[in-house]
Amino acid sequence: MRDLGTTAKNTWCPGCGNFAILNAVKSVLKDLNSEGLPIENVVLVSGIGCNSKISDYVNVNSFYSLHGRVIPPATGIKVANPGLKVIGHSGDGDAYGEGIEHLIFAAKRNIDITYIVHNNRVYGLTTGQYTPTSPEGYKGRSTPFGAKEMPMNPLEVMLASGATFIGRSTSRAIDGLKTMIKDAIAHKGFSIIDVLQTCVTYYNMYDYYDKRVYEIKDHDPYDYDQAMKKIREWDYNKDAGIPIGVFYRKESPTYEGGFASCKASGSDREAVVRKILKEKV
Amino acid sequence: MSELSVLIGGKAGFGIDKASLIIASLVSRLGYRIYINRDYPSLIRGGHTFSIIRASTEKVFAHRDSIDVLLALNQETVEIHKSRLKSASILIYDSDLTVSHPITCVKYAANIPLSTIIKEEHAEEVMRNTCIIGAFAKSVGIEWDVLSAIIKEFFPKEIEQNLKVARRAFDAAKEFTKIDRSSRDRLPLVTGNEATALGLIRGGLESYISYPMTPTSPILHYLASLSEEVGVKVIHPESEISVIMMALGMAYCGEKVAVGTSGGGFCLMTEGLSFSGMAELPVVIVLGQRPGPSTGLPTYSCQTDLHFALNAGQGEFTRFVIAPGDAEEAYSAALLALNIAWKYQIPAIVLTDKAMGEGYYSFDMEMCGDIKETLPLAWDRKDPYKRYSMTETGISAVAFPSEKDAIIKVNSYEHDESGLSIEDAATTIKMQDKRLRKEKYLAMELEGRECVGVYGNKKSATALLCWGSNKGVCIEVADALGLKVIQPVVISPFPIKEFKKSMDGIKKLIAVENNATGQLARLIGGHGISVNETILKYDGRNFGVEELTDRVRKVIG
Repeated sequence: MRDLGTTAKNTWCPGCGNFAILNAVKSVLKDLNSEGLPIENVVLVSGIGCNSKISDYVNVNSFYSLHGRVIPPATGIKVANPGLKVIGHSGDGDAYGEGIEHLIFAAKRNIDITYIVHNNRVYGLTTGQYTPTSPEGYKGRSTPFGAKEMPMNPLEVMLASGATFIGRSTSRAIDGLKTMIKDAIAHKGFSIIDVLQTCVTYYNMYDYYDKRVYEIKDHDPYDYDQAMKKIREWDYNKDAGIPIGVFYRKESPTYEGGFASCKASGSDREAVVRKILKEKV
Repeated sequence: MSELSVLIGGKAGFGIDKASLIIASLVSRLGYRIYINRDYPSLIRGGHTFSIIRASTEKVFAHRDSIDVLLALNQETVEIHKSRLKSASILIYDSDLTVSHPITCVKYAANIPLSTIIKEEHAEEVMRNTCIIGAFAKSVGIEWDVLSAIIKEFFPKEIEQNLKVARRAFDAAKEFTKIDRSSRDRLPLVTGNEATALGLIRGGLESYISYPMTPTSPILHYLASLSEEVGVKVIHPESEISVIMMALGMAYCGEKVAVGTSGGGFCLMTEGLSFSGMAELPVVIVLGQRPGPSTGLPTYSCQTDLHFALNAGQGEFTRFVIAPGDAEEAYSAALLALNIAWKYQIPAIVLTDKAMGEGYYSFDMEMCGDIKETLPLAWDRKDPYKRYSMTETGISAVAFPSEKDAIIKVNSYEHDESGLSIEDAATTIKMQDKRLRKEKYLAMELEGRECVGVYGNKKSATALLCWGSNKGVCIEVADALGLKVIQPVVISPFPIKEFKKSMDGIKKLIAVENNATGQLARLIGGHGISVNETILKYDGRNFGVEELTDRVRKVIG
């Protein structure tokens, strides 16, 4: 197996939660490769934000997209070549702000891709503004007197939208994170993992999470109501225990599967056009 | 009679489009060439909608303002269009609905009780259009056999009832004239949108992605209906942003993909357009113009987005923009755009408008030229693969996942040859030059093609300058007045050498455009060529032959 590192210099801050996710992804790809997945079948798609630099840091096929636009190209890639393993990376601004419309549709369509959201609940690369998952009253550079809106619970949105694999992890729970990413990639359908990671520079939540995060137990991920209840335990705003683990799973037909009958057959297109025109005479 | 213009009008929901197509098919079958101009408001039921079907023994690309036959399905149609009638015109109307019978305005009028016939035959109200077509056929001397054959084709499910109502009106009407027969080959009737779609199919299209928007939604509908037969994946996603980004994801995998929209949707696509330029991911964008700003007149026509197409998207990058002027040009433009997008790995825009996209033409495949699908430069596997490898032409070899041994990295950030992000000055210049260099080679390739159409009296010192759907009407007017026509088809890279050559001997240049500011005039102004006169029309309606003739006469003195 080739080295999964690149020549690009890593520019994340020391202590950034993204390192853990990068290492987890590389480790999972190595595992999958040793289990028989050709590495050339993997495509990473990332948006814009500190997290998305992962495209530069992993030596596999990558599509380094625009802010908020991870899902559309990832969907296009999977539909064009269903044999590929497509793994999307976004931050919380990218996934839940600029890209929320696409995200809801990815869940609705059940496109078979894996989406890893590096959720540090702050805009890092643009130097510290509130995001869709920052708590109410968050004082960032665009909200110096406190954010005037409530955060959203993105996983609740995902469950309501039809996602078929919904999990939460943290950049501290490295083994659990690896297992979850591997499971998500193996899942046939749209899988999303909200990874609570920490921006050491603008919103250091290590201690906060350490005190509240717990692994879910005795939970049936195939039970929608149980999943919803668990997802609602913490609303990204008030103090509460923060469950991590796979909340929901469902087997369901995938979007790309619906195009099987539209294969370009290598037919003589000139003849096809002439036939169509003949019918219009 | 070598020419016939028929206007059929009524409310939206009366089936005017289908009726106009039936009329066109009828006369097309007699060996005529057809052009249909469609005028309808942005609503589902009500309002005034009409089509002008022009049939001629010569190929036609424009409508006449005056008409030979007016088929009025309501009183309003008579009121709105009676000024188009000539003394020898035929007027056919529903005597049950038309209160004041304006028989006096024409010599030949037929009042047919369409509504009574429908009621007596227990037919649906929409069949009034079949009914009036029955009267039309009789009035211009088309035999019942010809008409009944067409009706059977158009209404395979309700043959009997349609035949019955058509026959009653046919019998009730009088023959006022006898349309000539021609033994010429029949040509298929195709809209500009359909021709564009067929050109894309011919060019090897594998996927088409679009969010519905007039005037290009018919391409979406048409390709969707053909998707399984032809093998094209057709997707209608959540927004135009998604449309173009999904398309670029497919292009990354080697799928030939096109998208379609109008100005408003293209606004949303501009970030993707710029990304296409940066990441060198090919995509064809069919941009059908309709009047703006903003929502504007959604179902009408204009030519207001020339500079938008040329300048949309941040940054500087190579793009191909082509503005076809009729169905045959739309076909070859779409095919050429796919070829060029893939060869040069750039975005290509096919700039159309509502008049051309939704207008019907007798389509002659033999006029489309011989363009074959071309394949992009493939990786030779000799050197390690680099997505943006440096070449003289700026064009790098392509490989697509899951090509073994290739790591294919595309990037919206400035990047090095392998696709990794960079910020250093030297690489920035190198890569920007690489992308822009493609324009030079594209322009060189285009020098071998005809990119500027020249028509009319080529010796005339006065020329009409036009682009897009004004081509046909300008040629017709120029032919009548002895003028030359210059029509740039390729807009970017602008074929300046060929354009200047077409200007040889021209003393008076008159720009004819469907916009308020003279956009092509401004573009050639940037190349140091100024127009002497502008004839602009920006009421959402394309020029009719008579209207343009009058306006050209005024400026040529």
